[in-house]
Amino acid sequence: MTTLLTLVVLVLVAIAISQMTKMFELSQLTTENSQIANDQDNKINGYLLFAFLIFIYGITIFSFWKYTKVLLPTAASAHGAEYDYLMLVSFIIIFIVQTLTQALLHYFGYKYSGKKGNKALFYADNDKLEFIWTIIPVIVLAGLILWGLYTWTEIMDVNDEDDPIIVELYAQQFNWTARYAGDDNVLGGANVRMIDIDNANILGLDPSDSYAADDIIVKELHLPVGRKVNFKMRSQDVLHSAYMPHFRAQMNCVPGMITEFSFTPITTTAEMRLDPDVVDKVKRTNAIRAKKAALGEDNSDPWEFDYILLCNKICGKSHYNMQMKIIVETEEEYNKWIKEQKTFKPAIASVN
Amino acid sequence: MSATAHAQVDGHEEDHGHHHHKETFVTKYIFSTDHKMISKQYLITGLIMGTIGIAMSILFRMQIAWPGESFPIFEAVLGKWAPGGVMDADIYLALVTIHGTIMVFFVLTAGLSGTFSNLLIPLQIGARDMASGFLNMVSYWLFFLSSVIMVCSLFVEAGPAAAGWTIYPPLSALPMAQPGSGMGMTLWLVSMAIFIASSLLGSLNYIVTVINLRTKGMSMTRLPLTIWAFFVTAIIGVISFPVLLSAALLLIMDRSFGTSFFLSDIFIQGEVLHYQGGSPVLYEHLFWFLGHPEVYIVLLPALGITSEVMSTNARKPIFGYRAMIASIIAIAFLSTIVWGHHMFISGMNPFLGSVFTFTTLLIAIPSAVKAFNYITTLWKGNLQLNPGMLFSIGLVSTFITGGLTGIVLGDSTLDINVHDTYFVVAHFHLVMGISALYGLFAGVYHWFPKMFEGKMMNKNLGYVHFWITAVCAYGVFFPMHFVGMAGVPRRYYQNTAFPMFDELTDVQVLMTVFAIIAAGAQLIFLYNFVNSIFNGKKGSLNPWSSNTLEWTTPHEHFHGNWHGPIPEVHRWAYDYSKVDANGEYIIPGQDFVPQTVPLQPDEEEMHH
Repeated sequence: MTTLLTLVVLVLVAIAISQMTKMFELSQLTTENSQIANDQDNKINGYLLFAFLIFIYGITIFSFWKYTKVLLPTAASAHGAEYDYLMLVSFIIIFIVQTLTQALLHYFGYKYSGKKGNKALFYADNDKLEFIWTIIPVIVLAGLILWGLYTWTEIMDVNDEDDPIIVELYAQQFNWTARYAGDDNVLGGANVRMIDIDNANILGLDPSDSYAADDIIVKELHLPVGRKVNFKMRSQDVLHSAYMPHFRAQMNCVPGMITEFSFTPITTTAEMRLDPDVVDKVKRTNAIRAKKAALGEDNSDPWEFDYILLCNKICGKSHYNMQMKIIVETEEEYNKWIKEQKTFKPAIASVN
Repeated sequence: MSATAHAQVDGHEEDHGHHHHKETFVTKYIFSTDHKMISKQYLITGLIMGTIGIAMSILFRMQIAWPGESFPIFEAVLGKWAPGGVMDADIYLALVTIHGTIMVFFVLTAGLSGTFSNLLIPLQIGARDMASGFLNMVSYWLFFLSSVIMVCSLFVEAGPAAAGWTIYPPLSALPMAQPGSGMGMTLWLVSMAIFIASSLLGSLNYIVTVINLRTKGMSMTRLPLTIWAFFVTAIIGVISFPVLLSAALLLIMDRSFGTSFFLSDIFIQGEVLHYQGGSPVLYEHLFWFLGHPEVYIVLLPALGITSEVMSTNARKPIFGYRAMIASIIAIAFLSTIVWGHHMFISGMNPFLGSVFTFTTLLIAIPSAVKAFNYITTLWKGNLQLNPGMLFSIGLVSTFITGGLTGIVLGDSTLDINVHDTYFVVAHFHLVMGISALYGLFAGVYHWFPKMFEGKMMNKNLGYVHFWITAVCAYGVFFPMHFVGMAGVPRRYYQNTAFPMFDELTDVQVLMTVFAIIAAGAQLIFLYNFVNSIFNGKKGSLNPWSSNTLEWTTPHEHFHGNWHGPIPEVHRWAYDYSKVDANGEYIIPGQDFVPQTVPLQPDEEEMHH
């Protein structure tokens, strides 16, 4: 299907090119053989500029009509709604400006396309006009800056209010590990120099640190809904970036330092699976996957929606497949799950 | 000041006349010190590098659209990196990296600014040559050497550099982190160090020439906007490129001599490395201290070219000449204090992020002023829609579309979720990649007669080239914003590991098809370019009826540009369609007044 589509497009383009060349050439039959635009060229290209304006609007409308559905679903974090609202307002401003300026630019290109004998207007300056289009961006941008900065300061304020759970996200080529701080809710000290793979100390925890004893190391991130999470990020080798798009959250993981991000998940995985947008997306995706299955291709198992943590900073060969599942659940489910996990001390002891 | 300079240069010219006939093939075409020849050398080297860079983008676009599929062309071009015609993940990252490096530095910095600064600065200010022809020659040959080294790096055993064009350590510093960080990265760094030296020599020369060698009457406020753009570009190049050199040197030390400037606490492949106390964030600061001004080093010359081409072809003065100069200077100043917006989520202090958000959104103001001034320049013009003019209009269109999404990315809050996604890729390709390329094309179509002794490029092929490119550029990069907002990260070899991206494959196919067509359209340009060099029809001395000084020189090229004395300048460059009190053109029957024409008795001078 895709191949056919591509072929059709290519054929159409070839026809378009030959037609355009012909058209431009025909337009010159009667005039002198010069490489400078004549009235006929100006006229045709003026029309084309107007057509191009329609094309720009067309591709905009097409993209919105066709691709709005692929965008991320409603934010699943407390700060996400504010983020989405600011994004929406910014986009409204962008589209107003885009529609107007492109219209003026291309319409002028069409309207004033040159003709022999026409006289252009000598118009070099107008302080009033220039003042207007300096001051309008100043005001609009000042509003956006203030709003953005206010939101930014709130999001990036990682503090210990509201009893957050402390979770470490640990990045390495090419997988993620999470570490919960345990009953004391304090992460034990750690450094790559204490990594001891033979003794299951994969994150380099300090065995002599009493805070480390109850830490829990897992490969799947579980979060209780409605409770703030303070993430502490580490990386053991190269730069990685912990990207959790459904929560409008991202922070780089930098070897040699601990970076932080904090958010409160507000929608459980189960609730999100019932969100109409997500239901539709899963349906569409599974239709694609069913087709693949029929052809015996890979990646064709039916999909169930899950939150996901992706690596979003180039980190090497398998960068494209560095992920961890995130499960947001009720407080009870979370407590039950965390109780089943092994803490650090017994885990080490069992190896010895 | 300029009068003295004028006299000196004149003396030089007489002296020069004696040597004129002695030129050999080597001194004329290879180790030439003539700015016009050097400009052609820059352009042709840039176009060759551009062909490589664009070809690479087609290869990796095909991989994204049809992940893991086997293509004979992959095996033919990539050899062992595409066993059975299926592209390897390491070479995918290498292609992305080298595509970025080549397009940003070798095509849009050297190929654009190098070509047109060299060609136009002496011709438009009325000078016989650059302040130092020798340094100018050295600058080109260093650029050539760095291009050769970069191309050679594609053939090393373990593959070329593959850490992204920003080569963030530790990935770029540790050969065990990826194969491209071995010999390939060493060559990348050596090539870039030489490139920086070349760029600095060039820039210093441009600055000195513009300040010292303007002809009599050519005050700073009579300079064409092209020269203002090249001049300011050279200044920000001199300020920021040395910082990249220091970053590259420190990275070389970390890689080869065991220092810890950028590295700390690393455990890789079962082993703890000795590095302690360095910070990758420091590298990011140093890199972007150049990296962001670099965007404007690429863009300002394109905007300068557009100003000149648009005004000439609109048969109208550029609107708000002084505001344009002020905008160029404001953009240049702000460009050096916004680099942190690439690092909002790098682990840098969030307060610092706030400061950079503030400065970043400020830069939108002079940019908006420029866009509005271009639009007003078209208003009530008598537009001569030559290919150069169409590319100039196209530049304004993509500059607006791409620039507007900068409002999202420059806002630290909104950046969180689109950082490093395809949204960023779409944004910068439109605002700096496509826009600057359009500037390059506009310049080539417009000044081709000046470069190749009066020959002109075929306009019909130029029209076809423009319209296909214009449609395809939007076809590739407009839908790409949606891919980014769906959360797809850039630099993924394939998106099949995430079922949530399955339904985006269609969009990827659409973009790739547009990209292939766009690349094909560039072949039309290449054919037109080469063919016109040999078979182009000679036009008149001043084919576009332009006011600037370069069109007062004869067709044939010789060292010194003007046979007689250098012309004197009496007015600014933009007296198009100027009329007297009775509504008649200043020069009857002619809608332009070249800069060399003295003011008429009752004429009022603009702007001085």
